[in-house]
Amino acid sequence: MWNRRKEELTPKPTAAPPTSSELAKEGIPMSTLPARAVEPHHDTTRGGGGPAILGKSVIVKGQIYGREDLTIDGEVEGTVELQEHRLTIGPNGKVLATVKAREVVVLGTLHGNVETRDKIHIRKDAKLVGDIKTARIEIEDGAYFKGNIDIVRTEAKPAAAPAPKPQAVAPAATSTAVSGAPGANSAPAAAASAADYKR
Amino acid sequence: MAAIATRNSNGLDQFCSSLEERPGLSILDFAGASQSTVSFITDYGHRLYSDDFVHQLDYCFGASGDFFENQSNPLLVSRFMDTALDFDDDSFDGALVWDSLQFLTPQLLHAVVARLQRMLRPGASLLAIFHAEERVEEIATYSYRIQDHRTVMMAHRARRKPAQIFNNRSLEKLFQDFRSVKFFLTRDHLREVIVKR
Repeated sequence: MWNRRKEELTPKPTAAPPTSSELAKEGIPMSTLPARAVEPHHDTTRGGGGPAILGKSVIVKGQIYGREDLTIDGEVEGTVELQEHRLTIGPNGKVLATVKAREVVVLGTLHGNVETRDKIHIRKDAKLVGDIKTARIEIEDGAYFKGNIDIVRTEAKPAAAPAPKPQAVAPAATSTAVSGAPGANSAPAAAASAADYKR
Repeated sequence: MAAIATRNSNGLDQFCSSLEERPGLSILDFAGASQSTVSFITDYGHRLYSDDFVHQLDYCFGASGDFFENQSNPLLVSRFMDTALDFDDDSFDGALVWDSLQFLTPQLLHAVVARLQRMLRPGASLLAIFHAEERVEEIATYSYRIQDHRTVMMAHRARRKPAQIFNNRSLEKLFQDFRSVKFFLTRDHLREVIVKR
């Protein structure tokens, strides 16, 4: 029984779909839709797989602090901090916040100052109003940006001693923390654009 | 995708000579952000403030009613100045306003130029482009991107009606409070203007 169960869970290789004559023999209703490969499901709550996701209908007011990649496709007001990770603001995402991350990808709307250690990508149709401090930047045609761009040149590190062995740490149930009730920290430092220059 | 043309620009060449003085300058670009301009300016070690001035004009004055008449509405003018030109005095070491000033009516244009002058540090340069051909209903407008110190890429935008057409004399008058005004008349009926505060 266990073996059979295991077999059922194992995703089958994307073999050629059965021919119509085979299906007809088995009496299975046919579909004109093309066969789709089954993609393995990533469970982010178990510490593996893809990024944590705040979906379209989610609204967060307060602070988000995370130690994993995060995709925001809903609305966030406050601060977002993912120091060593990537923040993606999806096409439906509306973020009014100060953002700090290793890498930021904007496809939706972001009002607020952004600081990235590595790179920021502003995709086509994205809207970003705020000051950017980053090592590298990529802006696609069709994106709207208003604000200051400050490229921070990181000096090449000298050949360092061998890195210490990473210690095995049991993954937390989820490492993205959301704090703050509505109203808490409701002044998103998104008085954004051109803070240095503004009157 | 918008068609992109390239052209040599003596005005840009002149403007870029001031970028080489020292790193860490603050440059204002009103063409809207583009990868090539961002890379060009920041590769010098300068900071870039980017905005799409024409987009701001449309946002403030083009929502309803007549675009040019709206430019004499004090409430809309105040909102526009706060949205597009809300900077401290002496904030910038250079400004690229490209062709955006042509779409301002005289009263607003003078207010904008006066504000731009205050935003620039003494000795800072400003590059502007004006259509030189008289008796035209509409002119081609572009999104300008810097390719190199004397080549500019121009991505086509919609044609639009200019608020006024300028000649050398009217431009001298417009920038009379600046320390110097220099013109480059190009083959494609454009006047490139470099003014220094």
